[in-house]
Amino acid sequence: MNLQNIFSEIEKVDGEIFDRLAHVSRRGLFSSLTKKTIAVAAPAIMASALNKSYGQALPQGVKDVLNFALALEYLESGFYNTGGNLTMIPTIYKEAFEIIRRHEEVHVKLLRTVLGADAIPMPKFDFTAKGTFPDVFSNFQTFSAVAQTFEDTGVRAYKGQAPNLMVAPAILQVALQIHATEAAHAANVRQLRGQKGWITGGTAAMQGLPAVVNASYAGEENVVQAGANLASLLVGNAALKIPITMDMVTESFDEPLTKDQVLAIVAPFFA
Amino acid sequence: MTEKKHNFFSSMEKVTNRPDTVSSAAASRRSFIRVAGAAAVTGGLLTACSTADETSVQPTGSARAAGDVVNLPTGDVGILSFAYVLEQLEAAFYEMVVAKPYMGMTANQKQILTDIGGHEIIHREFFRVAVGNFVPNLTFDFSGIDFNDKGSVLQAAADFELVGVGAYNGAGKYLKSADYLTLAGKIVSVETRHHSIIRELQYPRLDAFAGPTIVTSDTGLHKAYEPTYVLPIAQKFIKETISASALLASVS
Repeated sequence: MNLQNIFSEIEKVDGEIFDRLAHVSRRGLFSSLTKKTIAVAAPAIMASALNKSYGQALPQGVKDVLNFALALEYLESGFYNTGGNLTMIPTIYKEAFEIIRRHEEVHVKLLRTVLGADAIPMPKFDFTAKGTFPDVFSNFQTFSAVAQTFEDTGVRAYKGQAPNLMVAPAILQVALQIHATEAAHAANVRQLRGQKGWITGGTAAMQGLPAVVNASYAGEENVVQAGANLASLLVGNAALKIPITMDMVTESFDEPLTKDQVLAIVAPFFA
Repeated sequence: MTEKKHNFFSSMEKVTNRPDTVSSAAASRRSFIRVAGAAAVTGGLLTACSTADETSVQPTGSARAAGDVVNLPTGDVGILSFAYVLEQLEAAFYEMVVAKPYMGMTANQKQILTDIGGHEIIHREFFRVAVGNFVPNLTFDFSGIDFNDKGSVLQAAADFELVGVGAYNGAGKYLKSADYLTLAGKIVSVETRHHSIIRELQYPRLDAFAGPTIVTSDTGLHKAYEPTYVLPIAQKFIKETISASALLASVS
């Protein structure tokens, strides 16, 4: 399967979409539904609310982002639904992987419901990544390493798409909330593998992972934010109460990945 | 699993309206630093410290006091200033935690809390560069937290992190600049990692890092809090009065 063909390019934001957004904002998703309602709403109700705010016509660019997210959630959900039932997961980690599995499952459900008939179907997977991880479902070390890579990559993937959802504020917020859930998963999987909860540096080796997943971490070594070199400003700055290290600077900001970068990373996992 | 109640956060959640208009993509592409003003880049960092050896933290920079009012600016710069307030709060808290380790703090716990404190200081200094002209060094009151007690410190840390996660997630939709939204996204996932790890320290090997009190069971969504919910919580620890009325009017 050629993943690139699944997705059309993100449409440029045009005037028509801004007109639609202005209309939507006046109608106000949040004026008819309290935040609490949204937070506890079942997927169907939330999806209906999100859809209604666009008069059943989500902008194509938003649909593309949601289908891209759905592909990644299918991948994660398929992975944990297969791996989560296996006896190789040590008992002490079963509860963690079970809650993660359930989250990916409801992420799929939510995105499918929002997209309705526009949702892409579930692809077929090869979780060995064409033989790179042959024991992924029989060796917990391999399973948890792939899990960490998926979660850290998922965080970066959602982050990269946030600007494309600015035309749809309610959907942007939901995407940010999913993004945070992936980060909570990532930190937990990292710590149970004996890694820090945060990404240090920009290589797989620094996360206790094989070089084959380097692309999932490339760019995380960045220390320049909005033009400010935080390493040169802060590392060794004696005025600060906690000495700042280069590692801390790379850890303190997670970096986005583009859609193309993410598709290249996950392509081997699609059959 | 058993779980302590949040010790200082109410469960009320409030909502404000979303913005009615969205700026053009072109207008939203302004440089982060250009908005902030180049002077802040060179001027801010040397006054970066606040003392961490007292319960009441007194900044060494532009000192303020209870009764002083800090008016957050409007629009995107106001949202960033709001984030700067929260990052100052978090950084000051961890400066205290690291300076006065609770009884029985293990080497691993100290490493984790030092890492997190370092990250929050970096976030604070980043925002100082960006919006340091709009918000002074704040003065904090952590007298409700027993820094000798592991349970008290970890619960406070979890609460601060969760409010931070929710604040960024709830404020993202108000940003008009895609660049600022990306920056907020780069930070919020790190705050979420902190929260996840703190929860693991509190309740190891359970689902506490993302259980149903944190992430909705049927949709898998982490917290999102409106600024009107976050500010009164943060205010409890800040001696100055943070006024967001202009900011809230500008985004509603």
